[in-house]
Amino acid sequence: MFKRFVSLQWKSFFRSSSFGKGMAVRILMLFFALYMMVSLIGLGAGLFFALQKVFPNVDPMLKVSEFLIYWVLIELFFRYFMQKLPVMDVKPLLMLPIKKNDIAHYILGRSGVSFYNALALFVFVPFTLVLLAKGYPPLNVIAWLFSMCCIVLFINYLNFIINKSDKVLIGLAILMAGLYALEHFGIFSVSEFMGGLFYRLYQNPLLVVVPLFLAVGCYYINYSFLRDRIFLDASLQKKSKVAETSDLAWTKRFGSIAPYLQLDLKLIWRNKRTKMQVFMSLAMIFYGLIFYSMDDFGPRSPMMVFVGIFMTGIFLMNFGQFIPAWDSEYYSMMMAQNIPLRDYLESKAGLITVSIVVMFLLSVPYVYYGWQALWINFSCAVYNLGVNIPVILFFGSMNKKRIDLTKSAIGNMQGTGAAQFLVGIPLFGAPMIIYGLFVVFISFEAAMIALTVAGIIGFAFRKQLLDSITEVYRKKKYGMIAGFKEKNS
Amino acid sequence: MIVAQNLTKKYGRQIVLNIENLEIPKGQSFGLVGNNGSGKTTFFSLLLDLIQPTTGHITSNGIQIDKSEAWKPFTSSFIDETFLIGYLTPEEYFYFIGELRGRNKADVDTLLSNFQDFFHGEILGQRKYLRDLSKGNQKKAGIVASFIGNPEVVILDEPFANLDPTTQIRLKGIIKDLAAKQEVTVLVSSHDLIHVTEVCERIVVLNKGEIVRDIQTSTETLRELESFFAG
Repeated sequence: MFKRFVSLQWKSFFRSSSFGKGMAVRILMLFFALYMMVSLIGLGAGLFFALQKVFPNVDPMLKVSEFLIYWVLIELFFRYFMQKLPVMDVKPLLMLPIKKNDIAHYILGRSGVSFYNALALFVFVPFTLVLLAKGYPPLNVIAWLFSMCCIVLFINYLNFIINKSDKVLIGLAILMAGLYALEHFGIFSVSEFMGGLFYRLYQNPLLVVVPLFLAVGCYYINYSFLRDRIFLDASLQKKSKVAETSDLAWTKRFGSIAPYLQLDLKLIWRNKRTKMQVFMSLAMIFYGLIFYSMDDFGPRSPMMVFVGIFMTGIFLMNFGQFIPAWDSEYYSMMMAQNIPLRDYLESKAGLITVSIVVMFLLSVPYVYYGWQALWINFSCAVYNLGVNIPVILFFGSMNKKRIDLTKSAIGNMQGTGAAQFLVGIPLFGAPMIIYGLFVVFISFEAAMIALTVAGIIGFAFRKQLLDSITEVYRKKKYGMIAGFKEKNS
Repeated sequence: MIVAQNLTKKYGRQIVLNIENLEIPKGQSFGLVGNNGSGKTTFFSLLLDLIQPTTGHITSNGIQIDKSEAWKPFTSSFIDETFLIGYLTPEEYFYFIGELRGRNKADVDTLLSNFQDFFHGEILGQRKYLRDLSKGNQKKAGIVASFIGNPEVVILDEPFANLDPTTQIRLKGIIKDLAAKQEVTVLVSSHDLIHVTEVCERIVVLNKGEIVRDIQTSTETLRELESFFAG
């Protein structure tokens, strides 16, 4: 039985739609995965030496132990959002002659070998290798590594218990903040106390039974909970949210594009992936802090133009690059309905315009780093409004890949094709070149004016630009309809 | 009203639809039957300009469908669930379609009030998004949405599938009514021979993309169709 489950899992992985993706996306994902692996391994290998350097008189092992409690809490926090128990996958198994116990073990067992668990091992394994090389007692080190594996599994299964209610998450957040506050104000050193406990795991290999017991215990709680709930109307039921309706009457003032604007706002607010992107876009306003606080770039470096375009245009990129694929689920209806394509595109442009203005207003505090910062962000916003909106809409006409709105945003490459990679070149390249040329040959002020003027020119020709983009969309209509229908692309 | 001439659709070498000449007069209730792969949905997709014909063309009210978009205001359709917007509630969806077809909320509400029976209390005021409704209820919502805005042509692909018996009977009444009283041209496809013969004045049988029967419905029609499909 177990063998069959493994082979099912194997097939679901290699036959999944992400494997059928285009070459470019696959290479990029592979690259990301490799990059992450290498940096984690690097962290594990370098950790010992880094700690030795920063705290010369303390055993690095003790320091590591002190951090462990925060690692556990942070990992729990992130997993809450990222990792869900994949119970829905077992629906087809229900009516086959398989014992419910086996199904429960299968679901839990496969989560035990998940990607999230491997991440921690990429750090711990090289770290223990370094320890061994440094002459730490092998028995203790290996027992410690085993304890860490148990703790990873403990976190894994604890998360599924936590996942059942939101209150635990809030509790977790408060606990984390509270512990940090205690530590920060010197009331009680949590890391020292917990560090002592974790250090004992290393000192006494016999204590390995404690994390082992925790992991097994958590597994068992999950198991007994799950076994009694493998029914269509219990844990296997899809949760449907109560619909909240709003008529968004204020959009009426936008005239003929109002219905589409309403639709877009609902699209964004009622679907996981789009909603996530709004939050991510807002968070990206802090992106500039990295560059402005670094001394490597002057306040007038072309890098700041990149930052300006990025910050004011983050929603333009996140949302705009997948126009019209956001509507892919019902695109044939949109095309058969009484919808002028022009209005449809106009409303998307309107939405992006609002986002740019909002992001610019949010970026005003960067004036703290000098008036140039404000000026750069302003010119970039105008450039985005005038030039980059038509550019992104034009590249949207190359979208032919379906997007499933209900899937989460994290690591979701659905809908990504060559266009998504190419569009970055004109989006960032053009303004940086304009800026670079003017700043080298004339002056900073001239460069700023040039960017603004480029934006204004784009704005002046907006009508003509949108007309010709509409024409492109019309021509590619049939390809889009066919492409959006393919579920596994 | 609708005229198809020399209409073919090929995918590679495979001919999926080949209609030399087909005329559907205004106000006719027109039924299309055929086995899987006989070209029913292809024909409807061509009618809605969702795919391009390989040769020939369709005109609707004198407007060539793949050249102009002027047929859109008087044509409405429900092909499958992809015509629904999953993240809207049924009401929001009806109002959205209403706005596209120049009807305000009050107009839509008046129309919907005629369909209270049809909805059976399971569509309106449920505080559920369309994506969370059952297949049958999704279908009901989609079909009713296609009646919004006094269309002259209504295209329904497999409207009877997935519906419960009560709703099927009600839908038959609605379709007959549309064609008879309101001069609406209704195009319906179905696998269910009984339903089509009850509803449609004229039935066209497609087989491998070609028209093999074109029947004015009479009491003999059902037997004729059954003997054809029995082979």
